[in-house]
Amino acid sequence: MPSYVITEKCDGCKGQERTACMYICPNDLMKLDRDRMKAWNQEPDQCWECYNCVKICPQQAIEVRGYQDFNPLGGNVIPLRGTDAIMWTVKFRNGTLKRFKFPIRTTAEGSVDPYGGKPEADISKIKEPGHFTQQGAGVTLPTIK
Amino acid sequence: MEKETCTFSYCEKPEVIEVETDLLVIGGGMSACGAVYEATRWATPQGIRITMIDKAATDRSGAVAMGLSAINTYMGENDPADYVRYVRGDLMGIIREDLVYDLGRHVDDSVHLFEEWGLPIWKKGDDGFSLDGFQSKDAGKPMLKDGGTPVRSGRWQIMINGESYKVIVAEAAKKALEINRQATGMEQNHFERVFIVKLFKDANVKNRVAAAAGFSVRENKIYLFKAKAICLGAGGAVNVFKPRSSEEGKGRAWYPVWNAGSGYALGMQVGAELTMMENRFVPARFKDGYGPVGAWFLFFKAKATNSLGEDYCANEEALTEAKAKYGIYVDMMGTAIRNHLMMRDMKLGKGPIIMRTHEAMQVINKDFVEKLGEKEAKKKIKHLEAEAWEDFLDMCIGQAGLWACENVEPDKTPSEIMPTEPYLLGSHAGCAGFWVSGPSDLGAPAEWNWGYNRMSTVDGLFMMGDICGASGHKFSSGSHTEGRIAAKNATAFILDNKDYVPTLKQNVGDIAADLYLPYEVFEKYKNATTDPAMNPNYIKPKMLQARLQKIADEYFGGCSTWYMTSKTMLEEGLKKLAVLKEDAALMAAADLHELMRCWENYHRILSVEAHARHILFREESRYPGYYYRGDHDLIDDDNWKCFVNSKYDVDTGAWELKKVPYVQLVD
Repeated sequence: MPSYVITEKCDGCKGQERTACMYICPNDLMKLDRDRMKAWNQEPDQCWECYNCVKICPQQAIEVRGYQDFNPLGGNVIPLRGTDAIMWTVKFRNGTLKRFKFPIRTTAEGSVDPYGGKPEADISKIKEPGHFTQQGAGVTLPTIK
Repeated sequence: MEKETCTFSYCEKPEVIEVETDLLVIGGGMSACGAVYEATRWATPQGIRITMIDKAATDRSGAVAMGLSAINTYMGENDPADYVRYVRGDLMGIIREDLVYDLGRHVDDSVHLFEEWGLPIWKKGDDGFSLDGFQSKDAGKPMLKDGGTPVRSGRWQIMINGESYKVIVAEAAKKALEINRQATGMEQNHFERVFIVKLFKDANVKNRVAAAAGFSVRENKIYLFKAKAICLGAGGAVNVFKPRSSEEGKGRAWYPVWNAGSGYALGMQVGAELTMMENRFVPARFKDGYGPVGAWFLFFKAKATNSLGEDYCANEEALTEAKAKYGIYVDMMGTAIRNHLMMRDMKLGKGPIIMRTHEAMQVINKDFVEKLGEKEAKKKIKHLEAEAWEDFLDMCIGQAGLWACENVEPDKTPSEIMPTEPYLLGSHAGCAGFWVSGPSDLGAPAEWNWGYNRMSTVDGLFMMGDICGASGHKFSSGSHTEGRIAAKNATAFILDNKDYVPTLKQNVGDIAADLYLPYEVFEKYKNATTDPAMNPNYIKPKMLQARLQKIADEYFGGCSTWYMTSKTMLEEGLKKLAVLKEDAALMAAADLHELMRCWENYHRILSVEAHARHILFREESRYPGYYYRGDHDLIDDDNWKCFVNSKYDVDTGAWELKKVPYVQLVD
């Protein structure tokens, strides 16, 4: 299901050096046409339909249309990703609508404290098994009996 | 054909940036994020500099970029020895049990971290039904580390709300990198959109990795990273065989379409020893959309049958026939054997193969009504329906889209399942990768340990995730944990070799010219014809990939031959592959994006060559249902219950293959 950009909605991320979709696409597919200030998917047949461009677009200008070598027309899936949950609207070809809301994280974005409350690594044990967290908590890892 | 060289006479000369670091992490996925997390704690107080290079944006890079609906490796109450038995059974008897056990005893710690950082993990409610990440928090359910009970979809799998799984793991990794950067005074230690093309050995110290070279896919910049140790986590190989889809749908690969075999190719370029590259994975998935079937099989207890309603895994005639060729492995009924039995029915015209989702939901419905009464059952069923859709929306949104386009509601309509094209990987249900040193305390043969856990046969080069071989079924959590193990040991290696200074025999200008050759070739010839796409002087990356996929598909056992190959087919295909490799010297790139595609496809070619050479060497069909040697269509434990290892010489193109004894460590 390659992503496509809705001409009317895309503002090229207001002329910043790169657009949000360019920043995030794991496969480097999104490009900014500087003449029109519109983004586009330069290689639709390499699109994994991961929806990361759709989720990140500040203008909600990106949607996905099913790969036409096997998808009939008419259905679509649209996400709205918030800070702690995501809403999905699934529209069937026959008009049936389904809506779902799922948690995405239980902490505020940016609040991860990677080593908060974690032990220091004991360098004398670097060649022993166990992550620093396990060693520091006094966990003895099992061996094959 | 005339050899082309890059003198920057036609293409723009890039800026060349040399970066000196100590521990270089190549990749940005789960294993790379694990590596920088663990390494920061060990290495920072020692003044060791850590640098991570990602070809994408780390928030959404690697195999977990889209998200996941389950963590497939969590021990919990289980004994890691049972995990070894399970992985060994599914991978047809040949795994490095030391590596698998080691991963099993470490992995839960990574899962506990994910939950602390904010990953919502389902818990079992007091009524036995599942609570999602929010509900379980509201209900005051303890975290896993404090004894919370996860919702198991299988013995090793736990359910999560994983849309932001990678974003959360990346946040911790990026913060770790920043801590290291500030402490060591580096200007920059996290590079996004830099694609690594080659690794280099040291000029003076024998068999030691010294550097990695790549380029920015955003600016005209070449990077040379010199390091004292490298942790390689650049992923497996996808879109190496011709996919079943023919046009746009080629992007809907089951595994991430951006995994271009770079992990394999980078290690091969410095001669690291490979193991089990004959292994591949052919998942049976929902047809075309390649949506996951695990939750449907394990969580909703759906049955898959042929179109006549028969369980193809219970057909006596088929089982007898299979046992005659594949022996005891048929009784273990691993993924490969189930594939084999499915394909047999498809070839007999008993397809399509059907996942009977509607019947599974009817059974659940009836059960709920009996237990809870109409009203409460209705509520629970609605929750369950959402769970079924979430399985797709978290990790394979395209399958949800396909169901919507085809008006498929799984509680009313069953869906087809289908074996996909082959994939090369070592972290999911495959084990193709590099031969590494294992842990020293698990009773493994002495020759399986050379001092540093997860170090390859090249000093200073550590392997993790998809490319650490003979140890599949790590999945996301296991890859993170393996990255942590590798980086900790790489830190120990750096500390043991404190005076080492990486030195290259190659000149940085020559390296830059080599990397930019496809750019130079394109600029030189692009105006020779009226359409640069149609030009006899070069090959564009798309066509390079198409030719590779056609060779792999037709000669090395792809979909078009029902995964069948043989000595004669492999030899013929390898001849064509050799010519394709020659043509790769005339790859042409119109821009930086295509330059990346060129080198990605070169990495794919090397990965496929390794795969074909291993299949050719192993004269049996170890993985029926994944591939068959028509000339040796049996599992031959007497001669082939062993690892196959190989080495590639990048200068001469020569291969050395050998048998390495398998040793069982867990009964």
